[in-house]
Amino acid sequence: VTAAPGVSIALVYPDLLGTYGDSGNATVLAQRLRWRGQAAEVVTVTGSSAVPESCDIYVIGGGEDLPQSLAAVKLSEGRALHRAVDRGATVLAVCAGLQIIGERFVSPDGKASAGLGLLDCVTVASTAARIVGEVVVEPARQWQDQGLGLLTGFENHGAVTELGPGAQPVGHVRVGKGNKDGTVEGAVSGRIWGTYMHGPALARNPQLADLLLSWVVGPLGPLDDREPDALHAERLAQATRRDAAGDGDRGAGGGRWRRVRG
Amino acid sequence: LAVAVGRSLGALSRAAGRGTGSVIGGHAILAIQPQALALLATGRRVALVSGTNGKTTTTKLLAAAVGALTGSEVVTNVLGANMPTGLAAALAAGPPGCPAVLEVDEAWLGRVATQVRPVVVVLLNLSRDQLDRNNEVRHVAQRWRQVCQEATGATVVANADDPLVAWAASGAEKVTWVGAGLRWTGDATGCPQCAGPIEFAPSGDEWRCAQCDFARPQPEVWLSAQGLAGDGTGAEGVGGRAHFADGRSVAVRLRLPGRCNQANAVTAMAAATAMAGPRPATPEVAPTARAEVALAAMAKVVDVAGRYAVVRLGASPARLLLAKNPAGWAEVFDMLAPAPAPVVVAINARTADGHDPSWLWDVPFERLAGRKVVATGERGTDLAVRLHYADVDHELVSDLMGAVKAASGGRPGSDAKTGEVVDVVANYTSFHQLLARAGAGEREP
Repeated sequence: VTAAPGVSIALVYPDLLGTYGDSGNATVLAQRLRWRGQAAEVVTVTGSSAVPESCDIYVIGGGEDLPQSLAAVKLSEGRALHRAVDRGATVLAVCAGLQIIGERFVSPDGKASAGLGLLDCVTVASTAARIVGEVVVEPARQWQDQGLGLLTGFENHGAVTELGPGAQPVGHVRVGKGNKDGTVEGAVSGRIWGTYMHGPALARNPQLADLLLSWVVGPLGPLDDREPDALHAERLAQATRRDAAGDGDRGAGGGRWRRVRG
Repeated sequence: LAVAVGRSLGALSRAAGRGTGSVIGGHAILAIQPQALALLATGRRVALVSGTNGKTTTTKLLAAAVGALTGSEVVTNVLGANMPTGLAAALAAGPPGCPAVLEVDEAWLGRVATQVRPVVVVLLNLSRDQLDRNNEVRHVAQRWRQVCQEATGATVVANADDPLVAWAASGAEKVTWVGAGLRWTGDATGCPQCAGPIEFAPSGDEWRCAQCDFARPQPEVWLSAQGLAGDGTGAEGVGGRAHFADGRSVAVRLRLPGRCNQANAVTAMAAATAMAGPRPATPEVAPTARAEVALAAMAKVVDVAGRYAVVRLGASPARLLLAKNPAGWAEVFDMLAPAPAPVVVAINARTADGHDPSWLWDVPFERLAGRKVVATGERGTDLAVRLHYADVDHELVSDLMGAVKAASGGRPGSDAKTGEVVDVVANYTSFHQLLARAGAGEREP
């Protein structure tokens, strides 16, 4: 394999972990580089092919229980992602992606399953209701110092995640539940950014996209972000308004089932 | 009593202008008699139609076909009220004893089937839709599999090209496999049996698991859509053919556009044949003869609850298309008037749409390059950002009518007065908002 020109972004197993539109994170990263005149390539890695270890950024998305376990097995066997991380590659892992790169996650039969061990967190089954709805997170101080404002996303997960001392949360939950109980969201260690935020996260939070890119290419100039900024502001306003109204409806639906006009 | 109260409430709701009244009436019926669905279905041959996409259209096609094959009136719920309340109202409104063709929400299929004891269950396809409610497509497939195992005595008419559907239906006592095709395979890449990779043949008519023995069942009837124009020219006689295992085939000519509706028609044809059954009053006829009667009836269907209808929105003639998930979009791209014709895309994220429109990133909107797209709806900003990253020329107009106006005015060398039809693609609730604005009196035939 020859070195890819510019920045290479591996979209890992979108056929297994691509249920919630998280592939869009790779699209966003590549476009934000191209618009700045930097070459970028998205390398789509399906479940039946080997994960390259030479990419600069690895994007892993959310998915369903059975494919999630399969993805974990495949990534553990090849260890290409481990070698990439050792080399200093950046990883964005969302939802099921976050869960499998931790120490343990929940297999479809409800038992604990070994994760990749790239993040110091464990994901366990929960007896509480599935966590579904808008989530707003105030990033940890160190990210705020690097220009990150409030983060917006849509969370949708059943199992819950607890962090060990080796990982820091992305930040504190302002609206929603985050990893477990409405206190913290996400897990970060080195250049690995784990989060439960769908949306996709980088479409809703252009500043986060640029933070991850800056780990690879250094400081970045500004872009015309009027539309992504408008989306960011709109989602934050919507989520905080609903939350303030105390109607408990974060977009998970007032009733369990859709109401159809009749 | 329950039915009488339900009908009165329905009439009251209609009079109050709160919709067609079927849901409130159904609520009342079910509140007074929880077993109402079972009672209302007694003595009827019932077909249930479910799937992520194409339920409403297939239900309408199947009802037309069953009507033609049995010579009977058919009870149906064409307005999309597809949960128990809507079903109870539809059954209560129909004369007793006549056959019923009912669209059922994917998640409710089990409970409805248990009560109405269908003779036919039609399973069209399964893909990501409203994940905040359904959570995982596989969970729905798992529930369907149970429905199929428990629905003894029913014929399951199932799409052999959708691995999730094939897995669900393969536990049934009697299955009629239909080769209805599957454009979007994004939710079927993992084997439902062992999670191994599913391999799809480039021809699109074969798939198998690379890891276990799970493979496409051999269909009894299938659609070949070679040469099929996707842009609604089916009315001019271009269409696919339905092929039978014995080598015979019949042309499928519809006034509805697109490959997906050809597939819906072939599925409905198979279901209608199973539904009509070998009845003493009906002399036995060859399958193709029956198929032709069914297809002739389906050919008369023009629009389905506003889908594909040309309506007037403000000063602009507009064609309404429904697409509410990536699989739906995979079919709609080919129905659009060719570039540079503008297109309006309306996106909401209400409960009936699913609150998370992340699925917009699974739609290859890059295919709209070369035309102007007007983004609208309550989540028009999400769409605008998606189009932004797809490098598609677009404009965000939050007002639905304003968006249609912007699109029709934006056509080079044309304006609303030239009468050129603007394609408007909307997801579930935005579609209904547009239809309400169009008004029944302004619907063009």
